[in-house]
Amino acid sequence: MATASNTHDTHGHGHHDHTPGFVARWFFSTNHKDIGVLYLIFAVISACVGVGLSLLMRMELQSPGLQFFADGQMWNVAVTAHGVVMVFFVIMPALIGGFGNYFVPIMIGAPDMAFPRLNNISFWLLVPALMLAVGSLFVGGAGTGWTLYPPLSNSTYQSGMGVDMALFALHLAGASSILGAANFITTIFNMRAPGMTLHKMPLFVWGMLVTAFLLLLSVPVLGGAITMLITDRNFGTAFFDPAGGGDPVLFQHLFWFFGHPEVYIMILPGFGIISHVLSTFSRKPIFGYLGMAYAMVAIGVVGFVVWAHHMFTSGISVDTRAYFMAATMVIAVPTGIKIFSWIATMWGGSISFKTPMLWAIGFVFLFTVGGVSGVKLANASVDVILHNTYYVVAHFHYVLSLGAVYSIFAGFYYWIGKMSGKQYPEFWGQVHFWMTFVGVNLTFFPMHFLGAQGMPRRYPDYPDAFAGWNMVASIGAYISVASFLVFLYVCYRTFTSKEQAAANPWGEGATTLEWQVSSPPPFHTFEELPRIR
Amino acid sequence: MASSNMTVDAEAPPLHKHPYHLVDPSPWPLVASFAAGLMLFGIILWAREGVHWAFTLGLLGVLASMFFWFRDVVREARTPGVHTPVVRIGMRYGMALFIASEVMFFVAFFWAYFHFALYPEHVSGAAKAVWPPEGIHTFDPFHLPLLNTLILLLSGCTVTWAHHALLENDRKGMLLGLGLTVLLGLTFTSFQALEYSEAPFAFSGGGIYPSVFFLATGFHGFHVIVGTIFLAVCWFRARAGQFTPQRHFGFEAAAWYWHFVDVVWLFLFVFIYVFGAGAIAEH
Repeated sequence: MATASNTHDTHGHGHHDHTPGFVARWFFSTNHKDIGVLYLIFAVISACVGVGLSLLMRMELQSPGLQFFADGQMWNVAVTAHGVVMVFFVIMPALIGGFGNYFVPIMIGAPDMAFPRLNNISFWLLVPALMLAVGSLFVGGAGTGWTLYPPLSNSTYQSGMGVDMALFALHLAGASSILGAANFITTIFNMRAPGMTLHKMPLFVWGMLVTAFLLLLSVPVLGGAITMLITDRNFGTAFFDPAGGGDPVLFQHLFWFFGHPEVYIMILPGFGIISHVLSTFSRKPIFGYLGMAYAMVAIGVVGFVVWAHHMFTSGISVDTRAYFMAATMVIAVPTGIKIFSWIATMWGGSISFKTPMLWAIGFVFLFTVGGVSGVKLANASVDVILHNTYYVVAHFHYVLSLGAVYSIFAGFYYWIGKMSGKQYPEFWGQVHFWMTFVGVNLTFFPMHFLGAQGMPRRYPDYPDAFAGWNMVASIGAYISVASFLVFLYVCYRTFTSKEQAAANPWGEGATTLEWQVSSPPPFHTFEELPRIR
Repeated sequence: MASSNMTVDAEAPPLHKHPYHLVDPSPWPLVASFAAGLMLFGIILWAREGVHWAFTLGLLGVLASMFFWFRDVVREARTPGVHTPVVRIGMRYGMALFIASEVMFFVAFFWAYFHFALYPEHVSGAAKAVWPPEGIHTFDPFHLPLLNTLILLLSGCTVTWAHHALLENDRKGMLLGLGLTVLLGLTFTSFQALEYSEAPFAFSGGGIYPSVFFLATGFHGFHVIVGTIFLAVCWFRARAGQFTPQRHFGFEAAAWYWHFVDVVWLFLFVFIYVFGAGAIAEH
């Protein structure tokens, strides 16, 4: 033990209990709850950008012909920015950075994350990343799709610096994710309260644990892939450039080795939230707790060996397609276990239809639709027909916009009273849910029909035959955007509410540790560690 | 994860009623983030416009915030009751997980290599599906690369020597072993630089072989430099008496990192230099 007392300026007084000043608290933060709040604010700001872009796209697609977009490149830039912003700057910051940061330490009975400074850099790296991503829109943008496939993303086809800015934005967001992942795994393995064994851990923490492993092992591969793309574009290498002997399909492999775990990264924390909400509002413990936990582990493991189902039309061999098709369908088994267990949790329960429960039940319905269309797309022979059609767009929006986003809203309504100390207005919460429910289904369900009829994605124009369902989808999008405004109104009403939220507003169904502490919880939640029976 | 030095005779009591480290607010994460953003934007400006200042300023910002951040960590380590045994286990998790993510970064480059080396038909436009591609002369693996392999393996031994000396409280042996490790690391880097200068193929515009070769070995070389700096910092900390036989995680983390760099090199040597050897270039 070193004896020299080279005391850090604020150390040694044991005065961690009071809150630091404004700048230190919000800019230099080392507090998991404050950083979680920063992440959530960041996600809402990014969501305004992402939703705005989707509004522009649906306005364009409302009728045939070019309305607002000058050309296909401009359209592709909007599609790409929408995808990148929603994936990296809305869903991941909200679920992992926001709810994960705020509730993982509380749920395991820890006073903070394992590496609080690392936690803060994970957040702040996203700010220059978003600046680069949005800034790229003003210098020509990246019209590559979020998948960044060469040759479209190489310097022959897009020589502008917009693509480079988007690639570096992903580097920063990736570094943020990797550091955050190491932080979460360490926190969960090393800082559980006495008695909190892995098999007693709340399912949200299980979801975050699996998510963190997926991030830790998949994001560096994306980092390598986009590094090669950057050197191809700027420094004369030829990884993906056939003119120099390279192979664009290599990029697809590397990208999807990251990209497929990434889609589970976006949904696993949501799985956890949905389990808590369904259990709380059914006043029953979750059905098949261990099965639920290990189903997520199985999804995480199998998620690493299914990537080439995104590449069925990229010229991979028949044997390869057969394997990836079979492996992909295996994912339906643990997912089915989860859907079954959620329904069994509600079965016979004393259900109260509060706003968070509406979102959770909506999630179970709509995520299942997306899951089932995923099984169909997993068939290589079917995917040859449906690849790059609106059927795929419908599929992944059902699991993301109607899956991951629903779980974010379920988490928001479930926990906002806990986080802010103010309860949301129940009436407006339900208005928000029903408007969103109508809006997103109207938007995305017709896309199945459009895709099955052969409408390709990533074009700003289409034949007149597709006009009808596109009009319906656009009307749905306007309703969805209006519901987002209702959400902003709900936020306003919540934060200006005079009503103090109770420590546990949900009653005996809410059993996890966050309901044992005040709303909002003290600056460092547990001065003394709780003991778990 | 826990190793023998978790059992400490004179452990200071923790500062709180729990064993965890509540870190004081720190400006370095914020500064480092924006500096990193500027640095990456600076690479674009440099590559496209030939403008250096943004990259240089960003890099300096990153390096400065790393310096101050790690200085804070060292100070905390030396404040009694802060780095409790439980906190030190957490650091082991953190370092191991960081190295795991680094391994996956190298997986991307090995994937690129095997995509072409095991399936030469993936090399676009080649008349004959062979690896290395026709017309590429490679390094003689049993010349400088073998010497470099021996140097890195030897450095793995010297760092273990330093570790054992430290456990025996033999500061002289510790400094000698660690100092030799740093020197061997510098020698390795110098030889790599020499090899690059004699490369029979060009990085820019040279096609797929030099792309894979230079990025895989180049990122390894970068990690060697980082590891050497990490070990050098540990040498100065050891000389200042900051490591004890019970507590020296900073050194252990550097040693783990060094072994990781070593193993990556063995894969590079076996697969890229030996397995991927073609017609040998004349020196």
